[in-house]
Amino acid sequence: MFTSFFYTLRERKVPVSITEWMTLMEALSRGYISTLNDFYYLARAILVKSEAYFDHYDVAFQEYFKGIKGPPQISEEILNWLKDPLTRLLLSEEERALLANMDLDELLAELEKRLQEQTEQHDGGNYWIGRAGTSPFGHSGQNPSGFRVGGGGGGRSAIQIAEQRQFRNYRHDLTLDIRQIEVALKGLRQFNRTGPEDELDLDKTIDATAKNAGDIEMIWRRSRKNKVKLLLLMDVGGSMDPFAHLCSLLFSAAHRSTHFKDFQYYYFHNCLYDYVYRDIEWRDAVTVDHLLQNTEPDYKVILVGDAWMSPSELSTVYGAIYYYERNRKPGIVRLKQIADHFSHCVWLNPESTTYWNEPTVMMIRKIFPMFELTIEGLQQAVKKLIVKR
Amino acid sequence: MDKGGFDKFKGSPDYVTSEALRNAVNVSIALKRPLLVRGEPGTGKTLLSHSIAKDLGKNLIVWNIKSTTKAQEGLYVYDTVQRLNDSRFGDKNISDIKQYIKLGKLGEAFAATEEIVLLIDEIDKADLEFPNDLLNELDEMSFYIPEIGETITAAHRPIVIITSNAEKELPDAFLRRCIFHYIEFPEPDLMEEIVRVHFPDIRGNLLSQALATFYSLRKIDDFRKKPSTSELIDWIRVLIASGTPEKVITSEIPFAGTLLKKETDYAYFINTFMKKKQTTKASDN
Repeated sequence: MFTSFFYTLRERKVPVSITEWMTLMEALSRGYISTLNDFYYLARAILVKSEAYFDHYDVAFQEYFKGIKGPPQISEEILNWLKDPLTRLLLSEEERALLANMDLDELLAELEKRLQEQTEQHDGGNYWIGRAGTSPFGHSGQNPSGFRVGGGGGGRSAIQIAEQRQFRNYRHDLTLDIRQIEVALKGLRQFNRTGPEDELDLDKTIDATAKNAGDIEMIWRRSRKNKVKLLLLMDVGGSMDPFAHLCSLLFSAAHRSTHFKDFQYYYFHNCLYDYVYRDIEWRDAVTVDHLLQNTEPDYKVILVGDAWMSPSELSTVYGAIYYYERNRKPGIVRLKQIADHFSHCVWLNPESTTYWNEPTVMMIRKIFPMFELTIEGLQQAVKKLIVKR
Repeated sequence: MDKGGFDKFKGSPDYVTSEALRNAVNVSIALKRPLLVRGEPGTGKTLLSHSIAKDLGKNLIVWNIKSTTKAQEGLYVYDTVQRLNDSRFGDKNISDIKQYIKLGKLGEAFAATEEIVLLIDEIDKADLEFPNDLLNELDEMSFYIPEIGETITAAHRPIVIITSNAEKELPDAFLRRCIFHYIEFPEPDLMEEIVRVHFPDIRGNLLSQALATFYSLRKIDDFRKKPSTSELIDWIRVLIASGTPEKVITSEIPFAGTLLKKETDYAYFINTFMKKKQTTKASDN
């Protein structure tokens, strides 16, 4: 019964196992279901174990029970276009001039208009408008919990619920909130015993007590603590502006995480040259030489940046886009210095992988393992950072 | 809807539930599988099990998980140090190990003489391996105590509710055995019902003003922590107690500190939102 639904789900990347499927069959055979609505919730509760997959489930459900395909590809493209502010760099000169004349509100209005035009032809139309709210354009008026446009609770059919795809924002492949970043960063743990002796060592206590002719002798030991030290280097140059919010989320998450032994952070612009900065306004400068000298190689290093610049900015002396940098060493040499000094480095790129074949991105990827700044990418980066060398 | 003996949980008067949640609870009871509940903080994950216990007239055992909790502690603890200590004095029969075996919360739930509700609260706080360590016990509903050679078996399978804040990923093997429900943030209609449970005499006007303001605040993405249900309830309590006139609720948002708990959020709110308001209307708070 419904076996092909099982495969539809798996095709849609919902991790359903046979165990869960059999559980559903058991529930069905007991006749708990009388409507499709019941089935929607029952199957979801049994088969899907994370809200991150609710959206995949909705898509599969629509596909199976309505015989319609998921949202047409064009919608996804719009979504990507929205999500990805740098696409505007690819616009023609005229278009760019037009955009330059608009202020932010106009730009947003234009966006929304285009969005509306596109989506009117599709089922999920209401939906896409809502999505605009999370685009980095800063359209804060519509947020994930506010986007629902269709009717209230109760009377909706299962397919309508599935169609609304209200769990779209819970997908793992989207960057979400600070908490999720914290969760990902929690993976950065390596324990050893340090600090005061505050844990009872039972085995040694028994040994000592036995040696002491049965008079209890307590032996204490140090408790296990995380020894991971983190160094965060963040690009705050002009091309990173669209990702400022995302980067600040990452920063807050790292800052709030209490499980690091030490956490240091510096800013740079565009590429790493002779100086890094303690503040975002670039006033409090520290030379990279000083940084390398005073930071032990066992710091885990996360660099954040779009790695997108003119090749000369990366490879030539005095190539820095900001004239006052007057870098004596090319950026690429500096980056190599970082990579050589620290044993574990990763580069997080807020740009989507589609742009990673830019020359400078390719060059930097040869030096640092690069990951996308999404929950998934961050998880992979964290794994890379705790691997033993 | 004919569901046989299945449709048991209907929600208690002081806890408002959605249809999907009731379904999930009933499925988990009927299939005898643990129910895993996730959701934003303040959406009533923990209260759910209290409501289930009340509605079904069963006792509730709560096992609060901390970062140091081990799976073994939930089953039983063998107090070796006490026994070692007692051995020095000879006033107790230390060869009777049973007196040093103390059942944990899970052990208590198994040993209960009637069906009870067991809440395992915030399971993700513990070590990553914690849920896996409980797999077998939750499956078989029994465990063996080698020290005394006894097996504790549940005569009545407890209704197990597990809450999680998604701080850690839970192991797949564990998830496969659970029924899952994600408590969404309540829609305004449901929220109105929830507020009315807490304040049955609330004036409709005050309620609608407060809700409108609350949901408009939640729409601001820049807040680090968005206000949740429990903050709304607190806020309404303050509004009622202070006798704030209804018309200023939306325009001035008095006592915003009750809703916004983070300093940065509050500062952001004062800087952007209130300034805008002040240009249109002189404030008098």
